[in-house]
Amino acid sequence: MDRLRRQAGEVAPSPEAPLVLAVRVGNLRLVTAACSLAQDLGLSVGMPVSKAQAMVPDLQVLPHDPQADATSLERLALWVLQRVSPIVAVDPLDGLVIDSTGADHLHGGEAALLETLLGRLVMSGVTARAAIADSWGAAHALARHRADPMHVAEPGMAETLLAPLPLSALRLPPATLAGLHTLGFACIGDLLGQPRAPLTRRFGPELCRRLDQALGHAAEPIEPLRPPELVEVRRSFAEPIAAAETIVRYIGKLVAQLCAVLEERGLGARRLDLLCWRIDAHVQTVRVGLARPQRDPQRLTRLLCEKIETISPGYGIEILSLTAVTVEPLEARQMASRLLEEPVPDLSALVDVLANRVGVRGVYRLAPVPSDVPERSVTRIAALSEPVGAGWPGHWPRPARLLPRPEPIETLALLPDHPPVWISWRGIRRKVARADGPERVFGEWWKRDAERIAVRDYFRIEDEAGERFWVFRAGDGENADTGSHRWFLHGVFG
Amino acid sequence: MGIKGTKQELNLFVLNLIGAVSLMPSRSSNPAIAALRQQIARMEGDGGPIRSMLPFRLPELDRRLPGGGLALGCLHEVAGGGNGAVDGAAASSFVAGIAARLPGPVLWCVTEADLFAPGLEQAGLGPDRVIHVEAGDDVSVLACMEEGLRHGGLGAVVAEVARLSMTASRRLHLAAKGSGTTGIALRRWRRQQDPCDFGQPTAAMTRWRVSVLPSAPLPVPGVGRARWLVELIRARAGESFDLELEACDGTGHLGLPATLASGSAQAAGGRGRTFA
Repeated sequence: MDRLRRQAGEVAPSPEAPLVLAVRVGNLRLVTAACSLAQDLGLSVGMPVSKAQAMVPDLQVLPHDPQADATSLERLALWVLQRVSPIVAVDPLDGLVIDSTGADHLHGGEAALLETLLGRLVMSGVTARAAIADSWGAAHALARHRADPMHVAEPGMAETLLAPLPLSALRLPPATLAGLHTLGFACIGDLLGQPRAPLTRRFGPELCRRLDQALGHAAEPIEPLRPPELVEVRRSFAEPIAAAETIVRYIGKLVAQLCAVLEERGLGARRLDLLCWRIDAHVQTVRVGLARPQRDPQRLTRLLCEKIETISPGYGIEILSLTAVTVEPLEARQMASRLLEEPVPDLSALVDVLANRVGVRGVYRLAPVPSDVPERSVTRIAALSEPVGAGWPGHWPRPARLLPRPEPIETLALLPDHPPVWISWRGIRRKVARADGPERVFGEWWKRDAERIAVRDYFRIEDEAGERFWVFRAGDGENADTGSHRWFLHGVFG
Repeated sequence: MGIKGTKQELNLFVLNLIGAVSLMPSRSSNPAIAALRQQIARMEGDGGPIRSMLPFRLPELDRRLPGGGLALGCLHEVAGGGNGAVDGAAASSFVAGIAARLPGPVLWCVTEADLFAPGLEQAGLGPDRVIHVEAGDDVSVLACMEEGLRHGGLGAVVAEVARLSMTASRRLHLAAKGSGTTGIALRRWRRQQDPCDFGQPTAAMTRWRVSVLPSAPLPVPGVGRARWLVELIRARAGESFDLELEACDGTGHLGLPATLASGSAQAAGGRGRTFA
């Protein structure tokens, strides 16, 4: 669960000068947001604008527009919904809450998920802080008071982590907060040890509810954001369903409905979310992606049904809802004439099935990169991208297998430019019968300073049994600055 | 059980007949053998003889393969010999050469991504034709392979697996038959000791082992064109043999070593190994 602090998305005026946003409260104009530059100058939220202007003469003051903030926050939520997780909601006033259950492994773990998310937000000019915790309340508190810029809480550690945080982290109404401060409570830890009954009598049930929600004792379902322009179909059941066959049947019905709506609007789905509300208020999600926009009910049903085993129906599912979170225009196309040209096989269905089975990153094509360093000469591109045409320069033989990283070997070789006489790799010593080389590869000075004079000399060697290897020496054999002069085995020829 | 026994007997019978008539230039010209072949094919439930073949364009090789080439729309097995059982380098170049000569895109499923695309390109298989799939384990690799075989729009599907059970191979073979896509299981093991399960039966049409040999001798110092010992260990309705060949050229075609091409080894009984 995350919380993102939007910081004046429209910093357009001038990023060099300190900027604050102000709002009028009665006769006073108060600072409601300050950019990092302004905060460094000692300005803080809640300070009167006149005082701020006295402290910083060339301060830019803009009116605070809560309405615009809310809309752009919703836009951001939609962006996160399309890319990160099926369950996203706005956490007023300035945050987003994301249920990352089942979404984190797609991004390589919780920490990696947060890192990617924050990185992409920074690139689009939004400064954000984020935290992952067991409950909405805890994540809300940790993101605002502990994350810098991110924090991943261990499961079950909420109480220890929350104790030192100020009471404002609990999402309490201002009146309650003021009352608690009057009584001398400063941090959450002070409240945890107190008997609940007098607190409830004095402040109402809200205080203990928020406390329980933060600690994860009370459930707090997240109502996922569903903007009206999203195509969503849902079906509620009078009797909860649990059998796989029943789920398959209803998925088929939902997909048919969804495809009818998509066809009406001339759209095709790129990403589908199936949400299953269980009777115990848990939500199970299934997300499938498509390489090209599609609205063929059979294909969509098949992709969804392959994931059914990941749904755990528990005591039964009462609502199924299917949403096309990412859509693209899909117009009817004329088929190629069979008389003149061979029809090109349509692989998008196959790529979709494979990508949803092994992950989008597991299905790819390889394309050449103009680089002489072997491990950099290949890049992965999407499986359905246009043909790149060109291949690699073919004047030197290249191995069929390249080791993930070069493995050090022991050799005996004459310097500066002779191939090894023998090599010892993985504990086996081989006498070199024939060899070709050297093929000199220079470091790419534009990538790293260390590569400015680095050199590798590649040799293709063959041992007495006929096994052919690709070995190289780091360095040119004369100048010690060009490399360590150690030998490595990099590939195996067929 | 009874049918199976009969089939084996018939197979043996056909082999004996072939042994008896091996002087004949073309086997299919004998109507009795052709009839027997059809009978076996009916028993195997293949629905008739295999439709098309991919010849290697080497008479020494094609002559000994049933049907005169590699049967398309079937499952084949290829493994490396010696260290090649672990690194699979020669086997993958051999497979790349076959895939390069088939029309259409190629799906290559692996568990660990250590293929070097420039090397494949030098065996004739350009980067634009190959879609790579990196799956977590053998089972998902086989599932992806089946998916590719059933699709029907691909030229060939290659899967690098260690274990291939009879059930799985039968399933893949049927999928390949249904769509006409050729499937190649590139057997690749983790350790040198593991390949003993290569002896277990599978439903594959042919089973090959490709081992490296010292390269073609050059008049100057250097490494010449790579040579392989290509062994056909098992072929349905065919004989096994081994042959020394030169590795794939830039179009995926194998070559015949000069000593063989001159005919001296052919005279020595057809076994292509030459010992200097």
